[in-house]
Amino acid sequence: MGKTLSEKVWDAHVVRTAEGEPDLLFIDLHLVHEVTSPQAFDGLRQAGRPVRRPDLTMATEDHNTPTLNIDQPIADPVSRTQVDTLRNNAKEFGVRIHSLGDLDQGIVHIIGPQLGLTQPGLTVVCGDSHTATHGAFGAIAFGIGTSEVEHVLATQTLPQAKPKTMAVNIDGELPPGVTSKDIVLALIAKVGTGGGQGYIVEYRGSAIEALSMEGRMTICNMSIEWGAKAGMMAPDETTFDYVKGRPHAPTGADWDAAVEYWKTLKSDPDATFDAEVFLDAGQLTPFVTWGTNPGQGVPLGARVPDPEEFVEEADRTAATKALEYMALKPGTPMREIGVDTVFLGSCTNGRIEDLRAAAHVIEGHHIADSVRMLVVPGSARVRRQAESEGLDVIFKEAGAEWRAAGCSMCLGMNPDQLAPGERAASTSNRNFEGRQGKGGRTHLVSPPVAAATAILGRLGAPTDLADLTSTAR
Amino acid sequence: MDKFATHSGTALPLRRSNVDTDQIIPAVYLKRVTKTGFEDGLFAAWRNDPEFVLNQPQYAGATILIPGPDFGTGSSREHAVWALQNYGFKVVIGSRFGDIFRGNSGKAGLLVAVVDQKIIEELWDFVESNPSTPLTVDLAEQTITAPGFETVFEIDPYTRWRLMEGLDDIGLTLRHVTDIDAFEANRPAFLPRTLPAKVESVS
Repeated sequence: MGKTLSEKVWDAHVVRTAEGEPDLLFIDLHLVHEVTSPQAFDGLRQAGRPVRRPDLTMATEDHNTPTLNIDQPIADPVSRTQVDTLRNNAKEFGVRIHSLGDLDQGIVHIIGPQLGLTQPGLTVVCGDSHTATHGAFGAIAFGIGTSEVEHVLATQTLPQAKPKTMAVNIDGELPPGVTSKDIVLALIAKVGTGGGQGYIVEYRGSAIEALSMEGRMTICNMSIEWGAKAGMMAPDETTFDYVKGRPHAPTGADWDAAVEYWKTLKSDPDATFDAEVFLDAGQLTPFVTWGTNPGQGVPLGARVPDPEEFVEEADRTAATKALEYMALKPGTPMREIGVDTVFLGSCTNGRIEDLRAAAHVIEGHHIADSVRMLVVPGSARVRRQAESEGLDVIFKEAGAEWRAAGCSMCLGMNPDQLAPGERAASTSNRNFEGRQGKGGRTHLVSPPVAAATAILGRLGAPTDLADLTSTAR
Repeated sequence: MDKFATHSGTALPLRRSNVDTDQIIPAVYLKRVTKTGFEDGLFAAWRNDPEFVLNQPQYAGATILIPGPDFGTGSSREHAVWALQNYGFKVVIGSRFGDIFRGNSGKAGLLVAVVDQKIIEELWDFVESNPSTPLTVDLAEQTITAPGFETVFEIDPYTRWRLMEGLDDIGLTLRHVTDIDAFEANRPAFLPRTLPAKVESVS
């Protein structure tokens, strides 16, 4: 019987297998950031252990870093200590680091692909749950805790029980204005936040094949939001074209050998999955969340649901609590929900194509007076690229704030936070209670919806701008 | 890590589902560089509410947490486990957990016991009626008992063995370092390395 994509990559990394024990997997790439690593390095120090493979490890600063005045010391002393701790650890253990101010600094899941370190067929881990982003290249990539970070630093391996396999088949052509973010939000609403638990999922089908690498990364990025261990996609010409020529991409004979191998990384026709899910991309519309988990979403054209509509009691209770937290009434059209803040950025939607898509919508408009909009590129290079295309000017002229790279308001570890009761449309990945600031209310949206929402001052799509008199630039 | 055999203690019913790791400890509390001192951030958003179950005097000193389904979903922060441990919890009993949270718990020595949601409902009722009656969690027998109440819980055998033996995962893996050496020797040449660093030339 044939193998699935994930089984092929898994089997190629088994260092040791024994009855009654998890497989010992070799890790090809370990990405490190300041929040989940200090205790791991400390553990190494206490045990007198080195980092086994500094040449397969890379660190950056992203979660705590400010997006304003980055040439000055970090104002919050606790954040500064955490960042300084990473710098010291990187130096002591010989780990490459891209610090604030460096052109290759940025969100860990943006810089890996950007540098060409993320490649098909790898195992990639990071102390961050959005590590599945790298799965878009046909890698097995997943988030780990700090104990596991220490384990990988010390051994370059991880003991892992083999997950089940699931295929998510997404066929059909996306209607105009509908993005990969809408695909994944619609998927999570369909399968629920626990739907992927215990599975490595493979997203496939004509709608996936039609996406750019950046669009693919957005989908894999949110695999954890429906509980999946990892999400991946078979590499194809789009993948190879993306990797080729990047700083760490193979060259010459290595490139040929790599591509030959990468072409074998797809599920065999006779491979079977433990579960399958189907989604018709042709039926999708822009999708937004109304609640406090990423599964609580509806099409933008729909209304806030009535908790009584849910069959399961747990869902009714969760919906009631969510609506209370979100201060929303059942039956309210989503398009009538006003927002105070729009956040464009994050490892989900902070890449250059996301900024282009939003800038395209915003150009020639001004954001609503009542709205503040933060545009936070995912990496220093994305910021630089956007500036070379003049996107920064479009955003600034529209009244948005153009910031430096980092995780920023996605999780509010730096000063970019929502105030209590403030409502945001956010291109990030989590609408959890208090995620973007204590008492803050989050609606997850795509970049085009974020841009249209900023202009309208309420949730909306670019098509809603047609009747709006556009402000001359 | 200390060996885990049995634990007896009073329990705290947390009647909420989908308590993700951002609820267990918000990001602003993650800035410490130690594994201690996270108890102040535990359930931070709810702690000021006197009605919140953690603030109810009858549950003071509880060491067993009983949350609703899908506890610990979301972010990979092991700080969520440390916050629970720093506060004094030794065991979490639930019907469904986030994968990473469950893995982190096993590594850090917090026992995650899985039972059917029906049992959770029974436990909630029992604990609410008898808040000062300790439950006993026996890892060898995989049982949770109280006067007039007994149930079996699930845990994967490998994690159970590691917790019972108090084994350090890294030490276990390093017993097989020759296997790692052999694997490394056969990795293809085209695989990427982070060192020496290559970056795009600045245009």
